[in-house]
Amino acid sequence: MSEKEVKNLEELFEQRIARDEKIEPKDWMPEKYRKTHIRQISQHAHSEIVGMLPEGNWITRAPSMRRKVALLAKVQDEAGHGLYLYSACETLGVSREELYEQLHTGKAKYSSIFNYPTITWADMGAIGWLVDGAAIINQVPLCSTSYGPYARAMIRVCKEESFHQRQGYEIMITLANGTPEQKEMAQDALNRWWWPSLMMLGPTDAESVHTAQSMKWKLKRKTNDELRQQFIDQTVPQAELIGLTIPDPDLKWNEEKGGHDFGEIDWDEFWQVVKGHGPCNKERMDARVDAWEKGEWVRDAAMAYAKKQEDKKLKKAI
Amino acid sequence: MKNENKIQYIYGIADNALILGQRLSELCGHGPNLETDIAMTNMALDLLGQTRSYYQYVAQLSGEDKTEDDIAFLRTERQYKNVLLVEQPNRHFGYVIARQFFFDAFHLLVLEELQNSTDQTLAAIAKKGIKEVSYHQRFSSDWIKRLGDGTEESHQKVQEAVDDLWRYTDELFHITDDDKIAIENEIGVNTVAFREKYDQIIREVLEEATITIPETKWFQKGGKQGIHSEHMGYLLSDLQYMQRTYPNMKW
Repeated sequence: MSEKEVKNLEELFEQRIARDEKIEPKDWMPEKYRKTHIRQISQHAHSEIVGMLPEGNWITRAPSMRRKVALLAKVQDEAGHGLYLYSACETLGVSREELYEQLHTGKAKYSSIFNYPTITWADMGAIGWLVDGAAIINQVPLCSTSYGPYARAMIRVCKEESFHQRQGYEIMITLANGTPEQKEMAQDALNRWWWPSLMMLGPTDAESVHTAQSMKWKLKRKTNDELRQQFIDQTVPQAELIGLTIPDPDLKWNEEKGGHDFGEIDWDEFWQVVKGHGPCNKERMDARVDAWEKGEWVRDAAMAYAKKQEDKKLKKAI
Repeated sequence: MKNENKIQYIYGIADNALILGQRLSELCGHGPNLETDIAMTNMALDLLGQTRSYYQYVAQLSGEDKTEDDIAFLRTERQYKNVLLVEQPNRHFGYVIARQFFFDAFHLLVLEELQNSTDQTLAAIAKKGIKEVSYHQRFSSDWIKRLGDGTEESHQKVQEAVDDLWRYTDELFHITDDDKIAIENEIGVNTVAFREKYDQIIREVLEEATITIPETKWFQKGGKQGIHSEHMGYLLSDLQYMQRTYPNMKW
């Protein structure tokens, strides 16, 4: 294809996106669009799978049968999200094995929030309320993103995430209305998860390298700082309602901008965790690699068995 | 039939579901691939769901101010009446599958009979469980075949698990005094009546999977009397952690 022809295709492509048309797997797309989508969708899929670990940590110790079943179902939903996101990613011509390889070797990233430890039951509430809350704010715009398989996967993901968020907040309500010990547990969890949740919405706009291109392709509809402001304004009254205190002395309502002012985020901590040196980066990766390596003989057996069955069928047919 | 006997009989069924559900939920997020992870979690969810129905019924029968959580989390080890098989640890995927396979075949036969119980509540719980457990049985039988007739390594691993877990299969058919009373009152299931059928199901699948059937005649029992293996205490430490550490709270 000549350079001019590619240029024409690119123009047509950009026009389709501008018209809000969906791009489907078999459509022509610029290489950069494909790569950016593989990066973002796989990063998202990896986050779901790694995200199973901190909550999985409490399934066997959940405090009631109702909570145990709900938590188990929630973590299973995350596996389901991982499954459809990996499938969406595979439509861009990359295999699941390659994607796992990228995760296991540290080449691909996942959401840094999952590198924090879950040390009390209240963390199950805080994760649902804050982490899923921030995730929804990040993800709702993706339901109308330009790449069809991703947009469709996100519609399902978002439905389930908002259920998870309510479930998490409900755990916090119960604790906040409970004994002093339970209330303290809830406040402690909020203290520990608040700032990492704000960081989840990404570096400030000035530092964000992918924002401009992603906005153009509708992979992003709002900037990181806009999303962060939305998250804070939404969450502050929810904390007040249940009598918990947001751990930020600088937090106050700003009438003029119609939103909250808030304190300085510790970006050094953010970059430390992103670069692989958070409290549980090593544990999370070890757990994923361990599951994958220990599962190898099982996957091999399934392949070998399927092949034997296929051969038997062929023999019969002959 | 006295309520206390009935409660003990129900523990004999329900505790199996709780403890196996607990074991399976340890695996959530650590499966050999996503599809299997999701399927095993499904089974855990089914079993824990069944457990809740039984325990809610027990809470009602006990006539005290008890809840399903008191029953699930606040008994002593000796008061749990599950068989030894279901408390055995997840040593590797071969053990998980062999344990599931030995239990599912039995569980399905129990529920198929229990749906005819003169106790309407138990009959209803059983009826609802049959669909779920039929799926469990298909899942574990399929995997027994895949592992047994897959690669040399998988064959060896699942054979090892079958050999080790075989000694816990006889206990499934052990009839306790409470079982006897429940059977006499047409509430409970006489498991001995379908022992042959069970053996046949197991034999057929293992043969198709090219797995050698163990010849040992030495079996272990005790779980149904609340005399468990050393693994049980650790399982309960996790299970009961919150309720023991923070007593009398709502979650």
